[in-house]
Amino acid sequence: MRNIIAFPLLGLAVILQSSLVSEIHLLQGYADLPMLLIAAWALQDRVDSAWHWAAVACLFVGFISSLSWVIFAIGYFGIVYIARSLQKRVWQAPLLAMFSVVFIGTLFIHFLSFGVLSILGTPFSFSDVAGLITLPSLLLNMLFSIPIYTFMRDLSYWVYPAEVME
Amino acid sequence: MNSRSLQTTIIFLVVGGILALALGGFFGSASNRFSLVFIEIQTWIYTRYGAFQDLVTAPRDIVSLRQRNADLEAQVSQLQAQLIELQQRVNETEILAALVDFSRSNPESTYKAASVIGRDPSPFLHYIIINRGSNDDIRRGMPVVTNQGLVGRVDAVIADAARVQLITDPASSVNVFLQNAETSAILYGSVTGDVTLDLISQNVTVEPGDLILTSGLGGGYPADLIIGQVVSLRTLEFELFQQATVQPAVDFSRLEIVLVITNFRPVDITPLEPVSP
Repeated sequence: MRNIIAFPLLGLAVILQSSLVSEIHLLQGYADLPMLLIAAWALQDRVDSAWHWAAVACLFVGFISSLSWVIFAIGYFGIVYIARSLQKRVWQAPLLAMFSVVFIGTLFIHFLSFGVLSILGTPFSFSDVAGLITLPSLLLNMLFSIPIYTFMRDLSYWVYPAEVME
Repeated sequence: MNSRSLQTTIIFLVVGGILALALGGFFGSASNRFSLVFIEIQTWIYTRYGAFQDLVTAPRDIVSLRQRNADLEAQVSQLQAQLIELQQRVNETEILAALVDFSRSNPESTYKAASVIGRDPSPFLHYIIINRGSNDDIRRGMPVVTNQGLVGRVDAVIADAARVQLITDPASSVNVFLQNAETSAILYGSVTGDVTLDLISQNVTVEPGDLILTSGLGGGYPADLIIGQVVSLRTLEFELFQQATVQPAVDFSRLEIVLVITNFRPVDITPLEPVSP
């Protein structure tokens, strides 16, 4: 039942992304707050609702962005899948797993965006986009990933409280 | 005369003599030295007494001073908050005054002011979100400007908000007119936010600094809205057209308040475009 916090939390995240995070840019790139929340949530051991959270995030981001919601759907579900796969392999180093998911996830979403924009006929120079948007976004996502991972870990303890052994 | 009376007489004579000598100015230097020593001693004692008094009364003063300091700090922070708020109001007023001047100088259009409340979450697209929507008669396709020039056009509308596609967006294209060269061209945005001019005829001479205005062709934007200036030109003999990089008149990173031109209805000329067989 406490999973319902996904709606206000991800709604707030999308509002912050649109109004605040998009203003804190490095060159042309900026962090992706909903993606970081989804990645951090999917990496928590006791969480079994990461797919639902990804769907809610797609709903909110797709509503506000002019980029096709299909990109966000594939991107966020892909990130949950990557996080779930990595969680089983590097479970002893959660921060390393978070960095890995954020690194792969950022590149994944950006390549998806490149692909869709190319199909839509938008001309762009790959080196310009990589240097001005993707790499700065990657760096900012990495910077934000540590506090967000900590926050989501604490939130997971609240949403999924440990059972008391008798 | 007994010895006591003699002693008293001698003392009076000595004192009287000393007084007579002092009044006569014979003790001037000795008197100055004495008074100097006296003043120094008095000063030393007074300052030490003052320090001692401070020491005794200091605890009470520290408490009251701390309280006073806390009150003043609270007052300072309150005043700083007021100052920031007033500065924001001044900035807003300046922007609004400039926009009012702009709307007065362009009376043929009707405007609706809107605040920028967000940007597109994707760094690949250049859209802003404004706080006016269909409840304020904002419709899709309406041009958006500031006093500096063209910003873009309304792309999507909901009841109380609208999404505006900036001219820097990669999917944006604007028919423009180069005032000095008296020729038409098309302005394109890009993923990185740079703006370029394309389809400039090879026969035309374009100089850096040439003013770029909307041409009104295509029906997407009204004519004669300022867009920016030519920065540099790229001319290659084997290409059909010249290209130019553009410095937009509007600073898109600092958009706060914009004007929507509400009496302009874009014309969709797609059905009139010839279909290739």
